[in-house]
Amino acid sequence: MNKAQRFFAPLTLAFTTSLMAGGALAEETIKVGILHSLSGTMAISETTLKDTMLMLIDEQNKKGGVLGKKLEAVVVDPASDWPLFAEKARDLISKEKVAAVFGCWTSVSRKSVLPVFEELNSLLFYPVQYEGEESSRNVFYTGAAPNQQAIPAVDYLMNDLGVERWVLAGTDYVYPRTTNKVLEAYLKGKGVNAEDIMINYTPFGHSDWQSIVSDIKKFGDAGKKTAVVSTINGDANVPFYKELGNQGISAEDIPVVAFSVGEEELSGIDTKPLVGHLAAWNYFQSVESDVNTQFIDSWKKFIKNTDRVTNDPMEAHYIGFNMWIEAVKKAQTTETDAVIDAMVGVAVPNLTGGYSAMMPNHHITKPVLIGEIQDDGQFQVVWETSGLVAGDAWSDFLPDSKDLIADWRKPMSCGNYNVKTGKCSGQNF
Amino acid sequence: MKMNKSGGRLHWLLALQAVILMLLASSPHVFADEALDQAVLKLQSPKLMEVRQALPLLKDSESEVADELLAALLTSDLYRSRADDRLVVMGATMPGGVEVRRLDMATEPPGLTEPEIAKKGDFRRVATNNAMRRQIRTLIATRSLQHKEVSRRLNAVNQIFDKLDEDNVELIQSAFAGEDNAEVKALMQQALQLFRLQTGALGDQLEAAQNLQDSLQPAVVNEFRSLRRELTDIADTRPLTAQEKLLQRAASDGIRKVEEKAEFYSKVENLFFGLSLGSVLVLAAIGLAVTFGVMGVINMAHGELIMLGAYTTFVIQQLMPQQVGLALLLSIPCAFVVSAVVGMLIERGVIRFLYGRPLETLLATFGVSLILQQAVRSIFSPLNRAVESPDWMHGVWQINPIFSITYNRLFIIFFSLMVFFALLLVLKKTSLGLRVRAVSQNRAMAQAMGVRSAWVDCTTFGLGSGIAGIAGVALSQLTNVGPNLGQSYIIDSFMVVVFGGVGNLWGTLVAGLSLGVANKFLEPFSGAVLAKILVLIFIILFIQKRPRGLFPQKGRAVDG
Repeated sequence: MNKAQRFFAPLTLAFTTSLMAGGALAEETIKVGILHSLSGTMAISETTLKDTMLMLIDEQNKKGGVLGKKLEAVVVDPASDWPLFAEKARDLISKEKVAAVFGCWTSVSRKSVLPVFEELNSLLFYPVQYEGEESSRNVFYTGAAPNQQAIPAVDYLMNDLGVERWVLAGTDYVYPRTTNKVLEAYLKGKGVNAEDIMINYTPFGHSDWQSIVSDIKKFGDAGKKTAVVSTINGDANVPFYKELGNQGISAEDIPVVAFSVGEEELSGIDTKPLVGHLAAWNYFQSVESDVNTQFIDSWKKFIKNTDRVTNDPMEAHYIGFNMWIEAVKKAQTTETDAVIDAMVGVAVPNLTGGYSAMMPNHHITKPVLIGEIQDDGQFQVVWETSGLVAGDAWSDFLPDSKDLIADWRKPMSCGNYNVKTGKCSGQNF
Repeated sequence: MKMNKSGGRLHWLLALQAVILMLLASSPHVFADEALDQAVLKLQSPKLMEVRQALPLLKDSESEVADELLAALLTSDLYRSRADDRLVVMGATMPGGVEVRRLDMATEPPGLTEPEIAKKGDFRRVATNNAMRRQIRTLIATRSLQHKEVSRRLNAVNQIFDKLDEDNVELIQSAFAGEDNAEVKALMQQALQLFRLQTGALGDQLEAAQNLQDSLQPAVVNEFRSLRRELTDIADTRPLTAQEKLLQRAASDGIRKVEEKAEFYSKVENLFFGLSLGSVLVLAAIGLAVTFGVMGVINMAHGELIMLGAYTTFVIQQLMPQQVGLALLLSIPCAFVVSAVVGMLIERGVIRFLYGRPLETLLATFGVSLILQQAVRSIFSPLNRAVESPDWMHGVWQINPIFSITYNRLFIIFFSLMVFFALLLVLKKTSLGLRVRAVSQNRAMAQAMGVRSAWVDCTTFGLGSGIAGIAGVALSQLTNVGPNLGQSYIIDSFMVVVFGGVGNLWGTLVAGLSLGVANKFLEPFSGAVLAKILVLIFIILFIQKRPRGLFPQKGRAVDG
């Protein structure tokens, strides 16, 4: 036994025991898997969702569980490591035999677990806004598709603020690239010239925004009203907004509308330079409704900290979890195929005071809200859609996908049915 | 009936009294107050639309307090009391509450009371949105065209520069007559000329265009561009008149001049951005230049020592929330001590047993870095923490309308150079520095001369770590303070040290600055992602050619 082995042996042992402890069985419970990173770069966002799930499960158990059984949460930590997501998902389904999994944040982690869920035929509830262009039989997308976030936000800027020049700034990975492709096609369809659109990508965690902000400033000096549509992810946002403030660009001159900045992200930063910038979501903590007040109260009580905030992906888990409970009640079993069939058409209250329903394409209906950032880290709603918007799995603005629809009801049961050729490609995502 | 009658009589009496009072009081003041009174009523409303209606009223008010209300509204510092809807202007957070100044309408003229401490929860913010803030800025500008401070006047003209209409023009014209500051006067002159260019007859336009030849204002250039476009369109349908041709030439000349200057300044700007990025790299790498360069220890936990410095800044700022600036200055020695102590513990606890075994040092320190990250996550939560910047680091130094330098970057460049030269001084002029150099050149010989090499190792590592902590203080002003702060700088730091030449502090400085500048000059052509890749490829090729970096160490001391 060499040194390394001696060093690692106790570690491996500790790891296995902790796993076994986590999986200690009590009969007659229904297991629910929680697949969110508790360490690594994504822990900042995903830990909150794990706590949200624990709270929802706890509350459901106080109401007597479901089908006469208590729910049991099985928490694993995929550590912000995409291949590990797939391994942990496999563990949850085959070893722990969970009835459904709530998890993932980044699109790449979802793409990594997707084949596992399809192979082992289990359920995943995905709570984050994403780029669309996907519909799997085994996944329920409770976050926003581009038409539930990006498109309405652009409409608001164009119609209410009179924006004519557009900066599409994003982090260099799949969500911003696809979203910007959709937006570019959409803007051009609305008659915006190519020279009035500036597209810019930056690496993950980019911290030196001087040149890009200065470029944006020059781009905005051309005399037409300019706005930035930001798909900048995570940590890179703070230096970006700081640099905007430092170079004297205020929200009145060039507003930035962000799709990844919510209450949780704002609670960690000095919000002074951000006041007046915009975000588009389907839920804000500041929305006034009885069910939201109740949710915020129980969240603060559960987490034992009155400073904690609620955000959009938390609402998505709230909706997703309640939908799953309803579907299980309807199907009278937790068996995957029965739940999938029962799921479509289920409607549960959302936190903004209305109802959200599961559509045949496994996306849900939601209202779209635009909020201005306030200096206390909350949003003031300045615009909302008049009704609910149904999530569109395949964008109508991309040439490759405008003819595709998804409908998982029988007899079609297809995630990408081409209405022109009348064929289902059979590929599920 | 009777009631009504007496009520009517009372009404008359009151009216009479009011008329007498009005005659007694100086009449313009009463009218000013009326606008203010109505504005205050509107501001007390919870509805955004009502608040919005207060803006034109505030504009008409002649009270000085209206300026303060507008300013507070712009910065979202205007609140109304939950109890009686009285307006207050909120100030800094104090122990036991926030500083508030109440609006007192009873005094003559109406004003704000002296600051007092109150609980923030007792007030609601008066709602504003972007459209309103835009309006407020223009209002403040028109109200402060004759302000006594030059900078306020300058701001005011800048603010309404391209938003002139019949009303504003008169304001500027009257302000222009009484203005004695040359800079403000020149700007006003340009604004008036721009207005002529936009609205005047052909002869006026031509004259204005010639007067505006040297203006760098974006609004002027935009106007030139649209004029040129219009004239070209006209030229397609009919031949241009002589005057129109002259105007077209004047517009083209103006555009060309600005574009030439813009190109020059964008190079200067790139250079500045590059130096500022470079100075951040130097700051992050210079501690590593000591531990890796001088001692030869590959310390993967270097980034986490930077992170500890940033968190120290956060903690100190929490301890003294009113004095952001002082807290920042105090953080520098504190962060040095915290990171130096942790660094020395790492050296005593781990690295000392692994000298001469680089691979194992690398693995062990990588482990230490993970432990430190997770420790910070458990203590401070995985969320990023907010570190505020002091006021003197905000804002820009506007050199001309197309070129400006941000103060915070300027500070960081100077700070980084100061740290560099301080370190150089320590290594060259102190006895500790002498021993450090002796041990790094020839450990056995130094030991034979009576230098306690183990102690020197420990202090050197502490010194390098402490400087990492100081870098953390600077980085807390630029980027997130979170558990992942260190990771994003460790690779860059190693790159700078290796490129500069291991063991050479000057090499680190030159390497850091030149990598920064190269990155920023590549970025406009290639985009941020590709620029980073290109720099990396360049370094790989460079190291192939010259494995010892830019400034290799020479002499017998160099082993291998």
